[in-house]
Amino acid sequence: MSGAPRAVAALDTVTGPLRRTIDVTSAELLPAATALLGRGYRLALVAAVDATWPMRVVYLFTSGPPDRRVELVLGLVRERPEIPSLAAVSFPASRFERELHDLFGITPVGHPFLRRLVLHQHWPEGWHPMRRDAGPAPPMRDNAAPYPFIEVEGTGVYEIPVGPVHAGLIEPGHFRFSVVGETIVRMKARLWFVHKGIERLFEGRDVDGGIELAERISGDTAVGHCLAYCLATEEALGIEVPERASELRVLLLELERLYNHVADVGAMCNDVGFGLVNAKALTLREQLLRLNKSVTGHRLLRGGVLPGGARLHSLPTIATLNEISAHFHELVDLTLGQSTVMDRFEGTGVLQLDDVEAMGVLGVVARASGAHLDARRAHAIGGQLPGFTPAQQAGGDVRARFQLRVDEFDASTAILRAYCDRPRPLHAMAATGARMAAGSGTGIVEGWRGTIAHRVETDDAGRLTRVKVVDPSFFNWPALSVALADTIVPDFPLINKSFNLSYAGNDL
Amino acid sequence: MTADTHVAWGASTSVLQVAAIALGGLVLVGLMRRVRARLEGRVGPPILQPLLDVRKLFRKERLRPDQASWIFPFAPVVLIATVAVAAGIAPLITVRPALGTGADLFVLVYLLLSGSTLLALAGMDAGTAFGGMGSSRAVTIGALAEPALLVTILALSMSAHSSNLPEIVRSTLAAPGTVVSPARLFALASLLVVIVAESGRLPVDNPSTHLELTMIHEAMILEYAGPDLALVTVGEAMRMALLLCVFVNLLAPWGIATSMTPLAALVGLVSLGAKVALVGVVMAGAEVFMAKLRLFRLPELLAGAFVLALLGVVSGTVLS
Repeated sequence: MSGAPRAVAALDTVTGPLRRTIDVTSAELLPAATALLGRGYRLALVAAVDATWPMRVVYLFTSGPPDRRVELVLGLVRERPEIPSLAAVSFPASRFERELHDLFGITPVGHPFLRRLVLHQHWPEGWHPMRRDAGPAPPMRDNAAPYPFIEVEGTGVYEIPVGPVHAGLIEPGHFRFSVVGETIVRMKARLWFVHKGIERLFEGRDVDGGIELAERISGDTAVGHCLAYCLATEEALGIEVPERASELRVLLLELERLYNHVADVGAMCNDVGFGLVNAKALTLREQLLRLNKSVTGHRLLRGGVLPGGARLHSLPTIATLNEISAHFHELVDLTLGQSTVMDRFEGTGVLQLDDVEAMGVLGVVARASGAHLDARRAHAIGGQLPGFTPAQQAGGDVRARFQLRVDEFDASTAILRAYCDRPRPLHAMAATGARMAAGSGTGIVEGWRGTIAHRVETDDAGRLTRVKVVDPSFFNWPALSVALADTIVPDFPLINKSFNLSYAGNDL
Repeated sequence: MTADTHVAWGASTSVLQVAAIALGGLVLVGLMRRVRARLEGRVGPPILQPLLDVRKLFRKERLRPDQASWIFPFAPVVLIATVAVAAGIAPLITVRPALGTGADLFVLVYLLLSGSTLLALAGMDAGTAFGGMGSSRAVTIGALAEPALLVTILALSMSAHSSNLPEIVRSTLAAPGTVVSPARLFALASLLVVIVAESGRLPVDNPSTHLELTMIHEAMILEYAGPDLALVTVGEAMRMALLLCVFVNLLAPWGIATSMTPLAALVGLVSLGAKVALVGVVMAGAEVFMAKLRLFRLPELLAGAFVLALLGVVSGTVLS
């Protein structure tokens, strides 16, 4: 056994939490990754680094509890960057590799399906925006090459193209359905219409300057992404966060979960024409947004999480939480009692646990199919209640995803009640200083959609040199097509809503 | 009374009926939206909003798909025309409008269906996926609703021994007991389901959705814009109002003008408006507590309507 796989095997002797960086060679990558996956690790993030020397690719594998994070680092030859493809052992890796290919021009050797992912056809050939020497973007042009949708052939098969501009106020995405009658044979989601170059925008900023970007990666996940970013930078700079700050952060994270889950429950009802619950859920969401405003000064909870700590204006009262919870359960009971709604929810858009595991699906969608992945348990931050058990549903259908959100709402209010009882300071920060160090760190947070991972590198002056962001939507989008097997076209919007994935978080 | 005054009276009431259906249809749509909004705890748009929307649409530029044939602009006109003719001859405000004897239920039904059919053709005319999808769904529902509707007509015509609508209404006025006969009640229940299906209301179709893929009727007319869309909107509102008017006059015709005086016509108009508004409000209220059925469940609903109509015929035969 060569170096890296032996280093992986040596991890077995360590008990408890673990952070390890292992340098691998091209030949060692696949066996080392296979060994980690075989030990129950999941591939959380793949980041190429070209901003600093040497050019390299970092594979972050995580498992938990106990909180374990192992980075495999593969150095590259800048003139001819190639990596061995991990597609054979990990589906998420195959997508990360296509991202690397588009943005860095790194060739995953042996990739079975090396088509463009992030960059659409009109991006110039051979120009890779994340390369250090990329320079200003050359003019984009339509090279008239159509997107290679797979054409389903057969009698009676027709295509329905939808989007990227939709009738409602939603983000841009193009969905191509191949349909027989009303039955969906195949659905291809073409995303990546909102590329902002946000990872590049982080570079050169100081840690505080990255906050405003992190809060805007996906507007509805301000706390989740901001917290992941802060955890990563704190690890990179060696900042110790006080326990109280962690408590306040957990509180904000759960508040974010509340308002989003309430909105989702309403939106799922709206999609089956049950507008009553949607109207009431939106009222409830507005109450929560106002509560957010009183807690952090911002309706979407921006400004609460800071590098090294957290700052709140006030805590929600238990009475408020109880009132909101009671209203929410009235709506849930109304929905569950409506046979026509349940008929639409039950058995619709089933995602099997096998597929969840094979595709690396995360968060609400994964737990509704019987998985137990939850970073609040696997990578608990200080202040997160020990022994937290994530809610879980077995069905994998729309109903399970609906019920899971309800269960998570209850779990979140329970956590919030526990914290609201403690009238301790609303402001807690790490001691200043020790903010200038070259290093790297990872932040893993269970946002309301699922597990968010950030990886940050800093230079001697404490400035950001590379920030890699992974929203759970990146893992979950491919699963949507799988869940559409044997469903009919008019059920797609409901299934899509029950996933409720982020376009902005997916396309950075 | 001379034949001339009779014709003049018939023509003026027909014009009144068409105008009432055209205006009243849009107001009815606004009223139903408002009721629904209020029951959901929203303020909702003003009741006259559909009228304002139509005015806005008429002022807009005329835009038609490049590939569309003559069917595309033709369909809205036919829709309006057929509904207007139906509204002119049906006994809505008075039991004897002009051409009153022509107001056979079969004539009415197929007048309305010809408008729907042309609209379905127009949906496919532009050659887009949505139009075809909407037309396919609309025609499927129409085909399922039609047998139920035909048997309903049979059940309704049993008591009056005629499928002539004014004749049925007159016989109902003469013998109010027929309204509560099982044949009539079953038939009306079936008719209501068909009306809901044909007007694209919940639980068959969701008129307020923005989700293209779930749409039935809205998908079919997705390519229409500006004045063409205004015509379609007016035509659809008129059709729903007309169907509901026929429904209430079969359920409770009292108030309808039987004599040829302006006062009777006024009473007929007001009572009709009140009855239809009441039914509209009840429908909108019921919709609040209803979800849209899965598309593949609709055959079950319409099969239910068919069975109801059949029960009407059977009970009419057995009990008479």
